[in-house]
Amino acid sequence: MHELSIALRAVETILEDLAEQNGKVMSVQIRVGALSGVVPDSLRFAWDVACADTRLSGSTLEIEEVPVRIWCESCQREHTLPDADFVFRCPICAASITEVLAGRELEILSVEISEYESPQAD
Amino acid sequence: MNPPKLIEIRKNILKKNDELAQGLRARFAADGVFVANFVSSPGTGKTELLKYTMARLIDRFAVAAIVGDVETENDAVRLRKSGAPAYQVETHSMCHLESFHIDKAIAAAASQFRVEELDLLIIENVGNLVCTSAFDLGEDLQVVLVSTTEGEDKPLKYPKIFDRSDICIITKMDIAEALEFDHAQMRASIDAVKPGMPVFEVSAKTGWGMEAWIQYLVERIDEKKAEDTPARAD
Repeated sequence: MHELSIALRAVETILEDLAEQNGKVMSVQIRVGALSGVVPDSLRFAWDVACADTRLSGSTLEIEEVPVRIWCESCQREHTLPDADFVFRCPICAASITEVLAGRELEILSVEISEYESPQAD
Repeated sequence: MNPPKLIEIRKNILKKNDELAQGLRARFAADGVFVANFVSSPGTGKTELLKYTMARLIDRFAVAAIVGDVETENDAVRLRKSGAPAYQVETHSMCHLESFHIDKAIAAAASQFRVEELDLLIIENVGNLVCTSAFDLGEDLQVVLVSTTEGEDKPLKYPKIFDRSDICIITKMDIAEALEFDHAQMRASIDAVKPGMPVFEVSAKTGWGMEAWIQYLVERIDEKKAEDTPARAD
C-alpha cells in the first residue's frame, strides 16, 4: 500500500504547479497505467488524506485507467492485453512480447479550478 | 464569478522522485559507482545473498550497502559481517525506499563510507514486491529475488516488479530438492512476465551457483568503471 505516498507526491507537484494561480481546486485528472503498480481504488482512498489542509482539500480525483498495449513482432501489429492479465504473450499468436507501448503511466493530466480571480491590469 | 477552468499539468506523479533519482544516477556515473537495487518479499534471503556477495567482492572492489527496513538496524548489522560498511535506513511506516532516502543516506553515511570512493553501492530495499516497483532510486541494475520456498507462480502473482527488474535470482537452491521445487515451471513463470530475463539460481548458504552471479556482477562493475574512467578529472 504505497498509494498514500503516490497521492502525497501528486498533491506536492500540483501545489507547486499552481503556485502562481489562485482559486479552489475542484477536481484532479490523473492517468494510471495497469502496469504502474498503483491500484486506483487505493489511490482514491488515500486522496482525501493527502489533500487535507491544502488547497486541494475536498477535490475529486478522476482516474483514467490505461490498459497494457503491446507491439507484437510476429503479427507486426499492436494489441491491448486483457484486464489484469500481465502474461506477456501476444493474445493472437502467443509470441513472447518484449515491447510495451503503454500501461506504465502515472501522470497528472490537469486540474479544474473555480473561484479564481482574473489577472488584473494595474 | 469566473467559470471553472481546466489547467493542464501533464506531469509524471513521481516527477520529484524521478528527478532526484536522475540526479543520483548522474552523480554515480560521474564517480564510476555501479549501483544495484535488490527487491524481494520479506524472508527471501536478500541479506544473506548480499552478505555473501559483499564478502566475495571486498578484496577486489570498494563496496558498501544501504539497507532499508521499516524498523530495526538488524540487517545492517548482518551485512557488516561481510567486512564492508552498511548503513541502515529505517523507513518507519513506509513500505519502500524512495530516492530521497538514498540521497539522505549517502550524506548520513559519510562517516562509514564516501560514495564517490566506491565501485559498488548495494541498495537492499524493504521486503515488498508491490510498493518497491514504482520508485526509481538511480540504480544501474534492479535485481528481483524469489526463493524456492515461495511457489513457482510467484512471478505470475507479482508481474509488475518482474517487469520493472533487470535480472532475477532464485535463492535457497540448497533446499530445492526437499521442497520438490519445479525449476522448469519457475523459469516458465518468469519468462511469461518478463520474456528473456536473465536468471541465476543460487544458495547463499552453500555457495552453490554463486560463481555465475558474482562473475556477472564483476563484469557489470568493470564495465561501469571503464565507461567512466576517461571522463574523470583525475
